[in-house]
Amino acid sequence: MQGFFDIFDIYLLEAVINGILLGGVLALLALGLNLIFGVIDVTWICYAELVMIGMYGMYFLVQHYGVSYFIAAPLTILLVAALGAALHYLVISPLLTSPPVNQLLATGGVLFILQSFATVAFGIDFRNLGIRLPVLVLGDMNFSYARLLSFAAALFGMVAVYLFMTRTFTGTAIRAISQDRQIMALMGVDANKLYLVTSALGGALAGLAACLLVLQYDVHPFVGLSFGPITFLICVLGGLGNFFGGFIASFVFAEIISLGGLFSDLEWGYVLAFGFFIIMMFIRPAGLFTRRP
Amino acid sequence: MSRSLTGWLVVLAALVALPFIYREPYHLHLMVLILIWSFAYTSWSMMGRFGLVSLGHGGFMGIGAYVTALLWNHLGLSPWIGIPLSMVAAGALALVVGYPCFRFRITGHYFVLVTLALSGIVLQVITATRDYTGGSLGYTPNRATANRLLALQFDDKTTWYLIALAVWFAGLLIWHRVDRSMARYALEAISEDEDAAAAAGVNVTAEKLKITLISALMTALAGALYCQYQMFISPDTVSGIAVSLQMVFAAIVGGLYVSLGPTVGAVITIILAETLRIGFGTRAVGWDNLIYGLLLVMFIIFLPKGILGSLLERVRTRRKAYLKP
Repeated sequence: MQGFFDIFDIYLLEAVINGILLGGVLALLALGLNLIFGVIDVTWICYAELVMIGMYGMYFLVQHYGVSYFIAAPLTILLVAALGAALHYLVISPLLTSPPVNQLLATGGVLFILQSFATVAFGIDFRNLGIRLPVLVLGDMNFSYARLLSFAAALFGMVAVYLFMTRTFTGTAIRAISQDRQIMALMGVDANKLYLVTSALGGALAGLAACLLVLQYDVHPFVGLSFGPITFLICVLGGLGNFFGGFIASFVFAEIISLGGLFSDLEWGYVLAFGFFIIMMFIRPAGLFTRRP
Repeated sequence: MSRSLTGWLVVLAALVALPFIYREPYHLHLMVLILIWSFAYTSWSMMGRFGLVSLGHGGFMGIGAYVTALLWNHLGLSPWIGIPLSMVAAGALALVVGYPCFRFRITGHYFVLVTLALSGIVLQVITATRDYTGGSLGYTPNRATANRLLALQFDDKTTWYLIALAVWFAGLLIWHRVDRSMARYALEAISEDEDAAAAAGVNVTAEKLKITLISALMTALAGALYCQYQMFISPDTVSGIAVSLQMVFAAIVGGLYVSLGPTVGAVITIILAETLRIGFGTRAVGWDNLIYGLLLVMFIIFLPKGILGSLLERVRTRRKAYLKP
């Protein structure tokens, strides 16, 4: 084992592992976005802003009302799930028949609303939970428990969604409707109800991501911008609506960001990721795992 | 036809004459802002009207502003050279991102998300290179000491008003030029059905790239002008996703299928923002965007053709109804 550490730079290994841990949370976000896209055929541009609202929810529950983290987390998940359902009910469902771009832009409007709502309501200060989790020291490497916990919870969330989609009646119906929208209505399925459930589920995933991200990052109204764009890149690279592609792409991107951040600033990691994305567009334009027709 | 041309000339002459008759600096300042942003919004809707919804224009605008300012401050390069260079940079970026998108049929959602990421990344680059660009604190071009004309820095609003007016008018001319060209029919065909258009002999990739390039060049020019006029730029005001969405919002509110739609959008959004700013002072921070967002959603749901677009359509159908019976 020692020889293994000697060959690889210890910091490199640390960055690689941290990248994997970051990939878990990104995968969770990508899963939520892919779910919404796969089923309702809508992209929520404001997805990262839902996460931001969730982070504020966690902050106020834990800091102001003294709720313990593990009770606040389910509450936050419920809150963001409700927000997701409301978003669908108020904005998307009146636009279901209009051009897809209009739906997309409407969620862009919601992005504005959520961001400025947070600015108006909470101010632009950076806030954090004030929870400092211990750091795991392994050899010469440091890993924060926050990241390990996030990774584990993200994996748990993804498995839960998988089980929901494959083992329950509603999940099966959701998968069916994503395959054929017209036929399902003929089968007597209430598509609108399923859309609502899916939106709530997508919101819940954003809520879970919020609970995990709030452990690692300060919350402010524009925090969504720091991981929103990267989530979109992941979804496009993985192929919109392709769960497995999104999962793999999350880790690829997380590694690029993490390793890029090792050699330079974190922002350059993002720039590298974007460069990589442009190159991949030439090679695999329809997503990592889709063959060109 | 000639009557509407005369109308246009009269309006234009009135606009040119305005600053010589009316000199209230604050209102002139608003007019300059409206004209510059109208130009930016017009450049956006050059693409937007053909279904090429880009959220990357914040990036192009940021490049226009920052490249011009950086060249001036660090290399002492006059904006007269810097602005074309910044436009070239934005155009190059548009081609690098646009080519794979168009060549490999990345449309609709995919295209929006890719361009969205583009403006996010430009914002990150500006923030990351904070040693040169001042990061999120913003950036100020150095004041010129000797030759103001060479530095494209003017103190009086009238000069700026005339420059902005000329650029805005040029933007409208380009809009009409595209509107009358074959490219317009090609692009409309593409936005209806890409495969059918390709089968009919339209070079889909080339047509899309052309309009994207024009749009990006114009947007970069708008960014550079804004920088020269305001003498202060920050990543939030000229770049990033918020600016991109603001362009979309204004164009949609005004109506992106008519040439003056983006201008109407700019008038509405800027007056709205200024009213809120004056009415509420610093408490207004965030409120303007909140109202923007609400209006954007409402407009897309209830009035997708925008204010001017819907008005014109109503006038036209009424005229038809009047002529028919």
